[in-house]
Amino acid sequence: METTDADCITAVLQGDVAGFETLVRKHQPRVFATVRRYARRESEVEDIVQDVFVKAFQKLDTYRSEAPFEHWLMRLTVRTCYDALRAHQRSRELSFADLTDKENRWLERFATNPSAADESAAAAKALVQRLLQQLSPASQLIITLLEIEERSVKEIAQLTGWSVPLVKVRAFRARAEMRKWLKKITPEKYL
Amino acid sequence: MNVDVLFRKLMAAAQSDAPDDTVPYAFERRILARLKPRPVMDLWTCWARVLWRAAAPCLAIMALFSIWTLIASSLNTAPEPLGNQLENTLVAGLYSQGD
Repeated sequence: METTDADCITAVLQGDVAGFETLVRKHQPRVFATVRRYARRESEVEDIVQDVFVKAFQKLDTYRSEAPFEHWLMRLTVRTCYDALRAHQRSRELSFADLTDKENRWLERFATNPSAADESAAAAKALVQRLLQQLSPASQLIITLLEIEERSVKEIAQLTGWSVPLVKVRAFRARAEMRKWLKKITPEKYL
Repeated sequence: MNVDVLFRKLMAAAQSDAPDDTVPYAFERRILARLKPRPVMDLWTCWARVLWRAAAPCLAIMALFSIWTLIASSLNTAPEPLGNQLENTLVAGLYSQGD
């Protein structure tokens, strides 16, 4: 019979560290997938996931069974990713000249005929990642949760611990920041 | 070029780029190796901890009192030695008899 999360948590709180291994094994794929949205290098991803689980172990006594354990773990994951983004904030400016030939060609194809530019193209995906890295940590988090994962404002507020009005304000700023960068990388002749 | 349409197109590209959920081999063991066991408290352990924690402040108070006593005694005039006081007490009786 499969051990439930509640059983594992009870065992861990009573001192059975091995019980935590079951929780880790069960939830690590989802945590890895979430962290890979925010960190690109695999070594960084592993470090962040490790931090998530170590924090989960240390704070396990604060878990209330009102919501599923996975939701609690996801909140911890998102907040740890946000801390990692703030710690590794880059200040490199992106300009049109920094794009690769494939990215430039994709943009030119979009400029001449938007429907012809394939969104599943590797160049489009690479372009998104470049743009996200230019955003501030809060903007990167909001754009990922709101626009890419299509979560509601209320869900984002629960995940991040921000108030709903703060999420809305940050969403507005994030979109404005994104537009600013899109204009920067777009050749002037197409603006 | 419509920037809003470009934004939507790029977000669609990001949505189609679902992140991988593969886990490195034996990753859970790496996590377990980093965890310190949660302390299971019993009454004697608690009591021992309280005593250890109290030891440092007690030592500090003792040191302060020692310093205070030393300073106070060096400031006061030196009292008459006890031997002299005993002699004076015994001899006082003889002097009064002589009178």
